[in-house]
Amino acid sequence: MTWRCGIAVFPGTWSERDCAHWVELAGGEPVMLWHAERELKGADLVVLPGGFAHGDYLRAGAIARFAPLMAAVRDHALAGGPVLGICNGFQILCEAQLLPGALLRNSCLQFRCQSTHLRVEVGRGPLLSGLEPGTVLRMPISHGEGRYYAPPDQLQELEAGGQVALRYCGPAGELGDEHNPNGSLEHIAGVLNREGNVLGMMPHPERACEPLLGSEDGLQLLRAALAVLGPR
Amino acid sequence: MTLKPVVNDPQGLAVTQGLHALGYSEVLESRVGKHIQLTLTASDRQSAASRVEEMCRRLLCNGVIEDFHFQVAEAGT
Repeated sequence: MTWRCGIAVFPGTWSERDCAHWVELAGGEPVMLWHAERELKGADLVVLPGGFAHGDYLRAGAIARFAPLMAAVRDHALAGGPVLGICNGFQILCEAQLLPGALLRNSCLQFRCQSTHLRVEVGRGPLLSGLEPGTVLRMPISHGEGRYYAPPDQLQELEAGGQVALRYCGPAGELGDEHNPNGSLEHIAGVLNREGNVLGMMPHPERACEPLLGSEDGLQLLRAALAVLGPR
Repeated sequence: MTLKPVVNDPQGLAVTQGLHALGYSEVLESRVGKHIQLTLTASDRQSAASRVEEMCRRLLCNGVIEDFHFQVAEAGT
């Protein structure tokens, strides 16, 4: 038996097939979950992929959070089940208040599609504990609204509580505004919920899963996560 | 809906720069927000206001980054 990875599909999701390919390469079994469904079809891990769910109308993720599927995702998350939101999926998890903060228009006002380096900040929770803190991963971003924001007091809590999961950095893990593609506070590229089982990240690990794509670091991330989950 | 004063507004900054480029040097700041017009039924203004406030809190506004205000007016019949 392999790990079953549920992949949420909303009207306007665009990365679900890339995610399915990535899951298969990592040795998992992808299962598509349509937004109108009410159950997770036995998924051990739920992935909310990138795209423009419901056209990003009103705010990115604002409408998607009320999808019937999201009630099941919430139950899964609150029971400690692993949930990974990528790009638009991260925005949805913030709107659903399963993750703290919000994602705003990039400070450069441009849609950014480029390779980035990420530094793993904490090795915590089922999705990240297979990676050493300080590990530098390379994977692409592709977003117009990825500037992470949390109010100052909440930001302090996130830092103190080990909830800042990933930061944009240079090739050697160094921090600096020149490595921050969207103006995110404290160069934040990914955050965890307090318990550590829900991870949101703007970069796309599923688009860094083969040598042809220039990096396999996204595959490393998922393989490490599945290894933490253990044999099924 | 407008972004909270503490939230950086790059769109507003771009608008300010555009106005400056046109010679409106008196503009100190601009903030870009969203305007939504709702048409709804209600027994009176107060009940309309309390429903709209609830809608703002639950969906229309993200309280982490945005503030909202609204006005209630009777539609012409």
